[in-house]
Amino acid sequence: MSIKHGLLALLERGPAYGYQLRSSFEESTGATWPLNIGQVYTTLTRLERDHLVRALPENDQGQRPYTITDAGRAALAVWFSTPVSSTDRPRDELAIKLALALTTPGVNVPDVVQTQRVATIRALQEYTQLKMRANQDDTAWLLILDSMIFRAEAEVRWLDHCEASLVRKAAAASTHSTPVEDGDRVIEPHKVSRR
Amino acid sequence: MTALTLREVSRVHGQGETAVEALRGVDLAVSAGELVAVMGPSGSGKSTLLNLAGGLDAPTAGHVHVDGTALDSLSRRELAKLRRRSIGYVFQDFNLIPSLTAAENVALPLELDGASVRRARHAARSALDGVGIGDLAERFPDAMSGGQQQRVAIARAVVGDRRLILADEPTGALDTQTGETVLKLLRARCDAGAAGVLVTHDARHAGWADRVIFLRDGRVVDASGPLASVDTLLSEAP
Repeated sequence: MSIKHGLLALLERGPAYGYQLRSSFEESTGATWPLNIGQVYTTLTRLERDHLVRALPENDQGQRPYTITDAGRAALAVWFSTPVSSTDRPRDELAIKLALALTTPGVNVPDVVQTQRVATIRALQEYTQLKMRANQDDTAWLLILDSMIFRAEAEVRWLDHCEASLVRKAAAASTHSTPVEDGDRVIEPHKVSRR
Repeated sequence: MTALTLREVSRVHGQGETAVEALRGVDLAVSAGELVAVMGPSGSGKSTLLNLAGGLDAPTAGHVHVDGTALDSLSRRELAKLRRRSIGYVFQDFNLIPSLTAAENVALPLELDGASVRRARHAARSALDGVGIGDLAERFPDAMSGGQQQRVAIARAVVGDRRLILADEPTGALDTQTGETVLKLLRARCDAGAAGVLVTHDARHAGWADRVIFLRDGRVVDASGPLASVDTLLSEAP
């Protein structure tokens, strides 16, 4: 997601100047994505250069409102109708970190997994607490929180999966191992298939 | 006040070479008003911990205190009484008695405890009201959805003035939306002053807890929480 499209969406509601855009942006993302005013103005300048917004005359307080152009509306419509591709998101640092942990000598991989799990669960607790305290009519904010909650949950599930895979691998590699967890079943070491 | 304390609690099943250490030297304190989630893979000791906390099983070493009373200092009879009066259980499969109505199921622990039928039914009604299904009091479990049955189970766990609620995967058999409603109810009971212990492997449900502890091979390996206040969270948001 880009600030560019966020600002276009806000301007679609009506003309606004920089500070207004910043506060509406933070309002609609529930302050999970604070913007500095510099980012707002650079983005507005770029949007104006690309003819997606147009500057209006300054008002009495010296504030310059911007309005969305037809080209801007078209760009916004394209954005809303285009699915977000995973390559648009930042690379998953956690996955890279775990992959490197596995191949770097001397790294305790289960510790890396557990440290991350505690941090992610903590984030989940925080999101849930925000959700409990949220205004239950503020659907947009509740859905943003749900999105963060589901993402954190997915991360924990993936960490569980990583841990279980590591345990299974270790058990398969060792002949003197203790019983292995496999979901709800307990597998005796001699039953673990060796590949 | 501390509603539940586990001090250096261990539980070994069996003896000699076949002995299995289900729990090893676990310390845990849960205060009134607090919801603590216990997470860990199957076999890590979660259910053992809950059974010990509820006096359904006894530790091989260490002590369990409920509301300040050491469980190992009680006779069988006294222990059974404390279980009826102070501890409420919520299970994954609800464990309602099919031949009793919702109200009768909820009233049962009080009646077993010697309360008059009238008083027990009255308390059951208000507990059912408290979980939002007062209008279903005369229904039998068969005629209720899973979510409604779990509400009955929660009402049964809190009826009377029970201050410790032990929940073992209470949302396991429910869809996500209904599961969330159940968690909200548990959370509300804790906010109203009960102490709660929630065993779950679902991270999203653990999110409702004030603290999350992680069990591995019978030991507490980590904990998350208690949390900062919401104001701090908002001002620290990235």
